[in-house]
Amino acid sequence: MLYAFLCYNDEEIVGAWSKEYDDHIMARLEVVHGKLAAEGRLAGAARLLPTTAATSLRKADEPVVLDGPFVETKEQLLGFYVIDCADLDQALATARDLAEANPGAGGYEVRPVGLFVAGTGLS
Amino acid sequence: MSDLAWIDAAITSARPQAMGALLRYFRDLDAAEEAFQNASLRALKAWPANGPPRDPAAWLILVGRNAGLDHARRQARQQPLPDEAELSDLEDAENALAERLDGGHYRDDILRLLFICCHPDLPATQQIALALRIVSGLSVRQIARAFLVGEAAMEQRITRAKARIAKSGVAFETPGPAERAQRLAAVAAMIYLVFNEGYSAGPGESEARSPLCDEAIRLARLLLRLFQSEPEIMGLTALMLLQHARLAARFDADGQIVLMDDQDRSLWNPTMIAEGLALIDKAVRHRQPGPYQVQAAIAALHSRAATPDDVDWPQIDLLYATLERLQPSPVVTLNRAVVVSKTRGPEAALEMIEPLAPRLSGYFHFFGLKGALLRDLGRAGEAREAFSRAIALANTAAEAAHIRQHLDRLGG
Repeated sequence: MLYAFLCYNDEEIVGAWSKEYDDHIMARLEVVHGKLAAEGRLAGAARLLPTTAATSLRKADEPVVLDGPFVETKEQLLGFYVIDCADLDQALATARDLAEANPGAGGYEVRPVGLFVAGTGLS
Repeated sequence: MSDLAWIDAAITSARPQAMGALLRYFRDLDAAEEAFQNASLRALKAWPANGPPRDPAAWLILVGRNAGLDHARRQARQQPLPDEAELSDLEDAENALAERLDGGHYRDDILRLLFICCHPDLPATQQIALALRIVSGLSVRQIARAFLVGEAAMEQRITRAKARIAKSGVAFETPGPAERAQRLAAVAAMIYLVFNEGYSAGPGESEARSPLCDEAIRLARLLLRLFQSEPEIMGLTALMLLQHARLAARFDADGQIVLMDDQDRSLWNPTMIAEGLALIDKAVRHRQPGPYQVQAAIAALHSRAATPDDVDWPQIDLLYATLERLQPSPVVTLNRAVVVSKTRGPEAALEMIEPLAPRLSGYFHFFGLKGALLRDLGRAGEAREAFSRAIALANTAAEAAHIRQHLDRLGG
C-alpha cells in the first residue's frame, strides 16, 4: 500500500535557516531516504519551492488564476501530481485540462519543485 | 544544535513582524529594538523549556510589549518586574493577539519598518546598514564585516541613521493605496540596494558579502507574501534569484571575473533558477511591465539557454529597448549595446555608445565595452587607449585584472 507523506512547517522559519543547518537537516533526511530506497519503499520525494512561487487555479466555468498558494476554505487535499512543465503557461494549461476532466469545486495549486528525489526499485 | 538553530531561525523570521508591531506600539525605534531584544532573550529561556509557541511573532510582540511597559514603569515608579513564570504562560493572550494580528496591521507594520530605512535623506549605504540592523537583525559586527569597515565606524553610521529618522518623524497612520504603492516601490529599491551591496563583492569578499544577497532575497519573499499580486515585487525577487544563482560561476579559481558567456553553467544553482523562472512567469501574466520584471526577463533568457549559443539575443535586445523606454539611462543603453554587438555587430554597438561618452566619462564599464568593440573592429590602438581608461576607473582589483588580460592579448 502506498502512503503519501505531506510535510508541513513554517516556511518563513525554514527560509531563515542557516545554510549549515539546512545542509545538516538534509543530510539527516538523506539517511532516512537511503534506508527507504534500500528497502525498495521510496517512490519519490519532493521539496517544494516557497508558496510565493505558487500560482493557483480555482475551478469555475471559467477557471480563475490567482497568485499564491491555494487557500483552502472547506476543501481538503485529495491528491497531487508531479508533472514536467516547460513553463508556468504549460503548467496552468495542464491544470485546466485536469479541471475540465474533473469539474466542480476546488482547484489546483501549481508549485514548482525545488528538489526531486526519484525513488528506486519500488517493489 | 537543532534546538538553538530552530529558535534562532524562528526569532529571525518573526523579527520584521514583531519589530513592526512594537514600533507602532512604542513609536520609537530604540524602544522597539530594546523591547524586541528583551523578548528574544526571554524566548531563548522559555522556548527550550516550554516548547516553541504556536505563533512566535505574536509571542515576541506580547512579551516585548510587556517588557517595554515594565521598563517604562520601572523608570517612572521603580516597580518590580513580574514573575518570569507568569510571562511564559501565554497561551490565551497569545491566541487573542494572534487573532487580532491576522486581521490586523501586520502588513503595514512590516512595510513601515522597511520604509523608514528608505528615508530619502539617508545615503544608500546607511539605508542598507539600517535595514540589515533593524529589519534583518544582523549584528553590527556582521554588517561591518559585509561593508569591510570597522565595527565602531559601522556602529556610528547606524546611530547617525537612526538619529536622522527620529528627527524627521515616522508616519504611523495607516497608508492609503497611493501612499502604500509609493512605500512599496521605495522598499523594493532599498532591498535591491542590499542585494547589490552583496552582489558587487569581489572574489575574496564574496564569503563575507554574499549573505547580503540571501538576506535581500528573504526580504523580497517576505514582501511578496504580504503583497501577493504585485508583479514588480515578483520581478525583483526573480531578478535577484536569477543573478545570485550564478554566484559559484562568477569567478575562477584565481579570483578572475568570468563573463556570463564563459561561465560553467553546471555551477549555476538550479533551485534558485527554478524559483526565479516561476516568478517571472507569474509576473508576466499581469501584463504590467516594470523595470524589475524586464531585467528579470532578460536574466531568465540567459538562464533558460543551455549554452551561450542558445541565448535568444534578438529577444533580449527587444527587452532592453523596453527597459530604455521604462527607465531611460545611459547605463541601460550601454547594456543594450552589448547585445547589439551580438545581433548587429560591433560597428552598430559602437555607434550606439558614442553619444553616451559625456555622461559615462567616469564609468568603468563604458570604457571596458568601448575597448572590446574597437578591438573587434581591428582598431587596436584606440582599443588600448579605452582599456587603459577602464583600468584607471576599475572599482575592484578583479575588474582591473580582467581588463588587463584584454590589454595583454592585444599585445604591443
